[in-house]
Amino acid sequence: MSDVLELQQITKSYGGRTVLDAVNLKLPAGELMGLIGPSGSGKSTVIKLALGMAQADAGVAHIFDIQMPDRQSLGKIGYMAQSDALYEALSGYDNLKFFAQMRDIRVVDEEIKRVATIVNLTDALDQQVKGYSGGMKRRLSLAIAFLGEPEFLILDEPTVGIDPALRRQIWDELRRQQAQQKTILITTHVMDEAEKVDRVVLLFDGRIIADDSPAALKARYDVSTVEQVFLKAEVEAGK
Amino acid sequence: MMKSLIISQRILKELGKDKRTLALMFLAPLLVLTLMNLVFNTNATPHVQIGTVQMPATMVKQLETVSHVSQTTYPTVTAANTALKAQRVDSVITYNKTTATYQITYANLDVNKTTLAKSAMQSAMLHDKLQSMAQTITQLTVHHPVAAQPQATLKQTYQYGDSQTRYMDTVLPILMGFFVFFFVFLVSGMAILKERTTGTLERLLATPVRRGHIIFGYTFSYGALAVLQTLTIVLYTVDVLHIQIVGHIGWVILTNMLLALVALSLGILMSTFAASEFQMMQFIPLIVVPQIFFSGIVPLDTINPWIAKIQYILPLTYVASADKKIMMQGLGLTHIWVECLILIGFFLILTGINIQGLKKYRRV
Ligand SMILES: Nc1ncnc2c1ncn2[C@@H]1O[C@H](COP(=O)(O)OP(=O)(O)O)[C@@H](O)[C@H]1O
Ligand SMILES: [Mg+2]
Repeated sequence: MSDVLELQQITKSYGGRTVLDAVNLKLPAGELMGLIGPSGSGKSTVIKLALGMAQADAGVAHIFDIQMPDRQSLGKIGYMAQSDALYEALSGYDNLKFFAQMRDIRVVDEEIKRVATIVNLTDALDQQVKGYSGGMKRRLSLAIAFLGEPEFLILDEPTVGIDPALRRQIWDELRRQQAQQKTILITTHVMDEAEKVDRVVLLFDGRIIADDSPAALKARYDVSTVEQVFLKAEVEAGK
Repeated sequence: MMKSLIISQRILKELGKDKRTLALMFLAPLLVLTLMNLVFNTNATPHVQIGTVQMPATMVKQLETVSHVSQTTYPTVTAANTALKAQRVDSVITYNKTTATYQITYANLDVNKTTLAKSAMQSAMLHDKLQSMAQTITQLTVHHPVAAQPQATLKQTYQYGDSQTRYMDTVLPILMGFFVFFFVFLVSGMAILKERTTGTLERLLATPVRRGHIIFGYTFSYGALAVLQTLTIVLYTVDVLHIQIVGHIGWVILTNMLLALVALSLGILMSTFAASEFQMMQFIPLIVVPQIFFSGIVPLDTINPWIAKIQYILPLTYVASADKKIMMQGLGLTHIWVECLILIGFFLILTGINIQGLKKYRRV
């Protein structure tokens, strides 16, 4: 099977400072990949360049073998940005319905019910988003990405501010999606979440310093957690 | 197309939740108009151009001594009236020898000018009378009494409006456009700025929606809003303030809607240069205020002609010109289509720039 996402030599700098330095990445279909790195390491920038929402200084991004940016391809992608980006004056339901319509999703009401259940928001759907807590907004934002069961989910720090029980529920959903051959790219700076993915890509200072399954990485660095892998890899990369 | 409608529906729904902004858009203009209606009785001294037909030479001389007044002689009444229609002169005075009557016709597009022409004529007549009286007395002392000259009388006609036409009537067409422009510019500019800063615009562009759909979504919703706003202002001024509108209200709504679209696209454009709502407010003195100064509320005759040319790049100028024709002269589309085309031109150019501007978020 071909790669859902492929980044080749992606380079980006902001104001003369290199944020991404020749990043290469291949994400095969059906894989759940975690892009892990500390805050400011360039995770969100990787995603924006992959989607074509920012212009790379060099390199190309392909999604479903089509060079990005491509408007039609965006219909197959469920994207959740790091910031919540919701219409606060509207209700949760209105937000879901609006984005569903923008994504050309039919049977809107059923779909809204389904995604609201995944994130435990069914009871709050009629409320104005303005009155939501930070965690509720995060969940609504995630629900929008789930709309229409997209073939490719890109989630930028989806579990920030979400309590452990619900976090688990969300990971169960991600696993369920994966079982249906969906491809998932998730970023996080929470290291224990890194244990749950098929493949860990460690990003440090705009460069990929490790790329393998959690088990293989732990074996290679002879440690028991991904966090320790990161600390060791970071020291090596610093040399 | 469908998506534009969905987007405009969402924008209107959001606005509907924002009662304060709605009140601002619909009630503030009425409040300001009411206040202005109460307060205004202005007196600027503009320059008046009077056309005369068969005026006695003595009267012509008298007229020319009045300050702020200049005089042009026309051979026939028809020629003078043509000049009046073309707004080359502000009033026409015709002298009828057989009845010894002065007939004065005011364009009355600017009440200040009407008043000035009126008093100029009266003072000229007074001086003329005094002079002929002095002559009569001189003749009396030398010769024998002469027959008294027939008493000259002054009759006044107003081409537009009547003697009750007030300052408010003449500025209303401009003010109405101004309100539409101001509120649509500000509210739409703020709305799209909020979409930029909260990231919803970026999220929207991460769906297969076209860039144009977003811009047209805004166009539909604010176009509709402008129609409502214009209707409110028109109905209020006619029914409550009793200000006369001669022409068809439909044309006023058309021009104001076009202006709203220009204001909207300008709001969207300026929001690109603002990082916060406060910075958006800073564009008011730059974009909004000059419109009110250069669109006719302040007479431009007294301003340096080079500076006065600024008015031609301001959209409100064209709306003021068209609305004046509709509301005071009762003219229709055949007389305002040039203004309408210019407004459409503004809109199309700005919209093109805006659709291009969204490339910052997504290049396709
Ligand atoms: N639009 C931008 N303008 C300037 N600098 C930016 C911009 N976006 C990101 N950066 C910088 O790029 C670096 C990586 O940012 P980001 O990709 O958001 O990191 P992460 O998502 O891993 O926290 C940061 O130092 C950030 O300040
Ligand atoms: Mg980030």
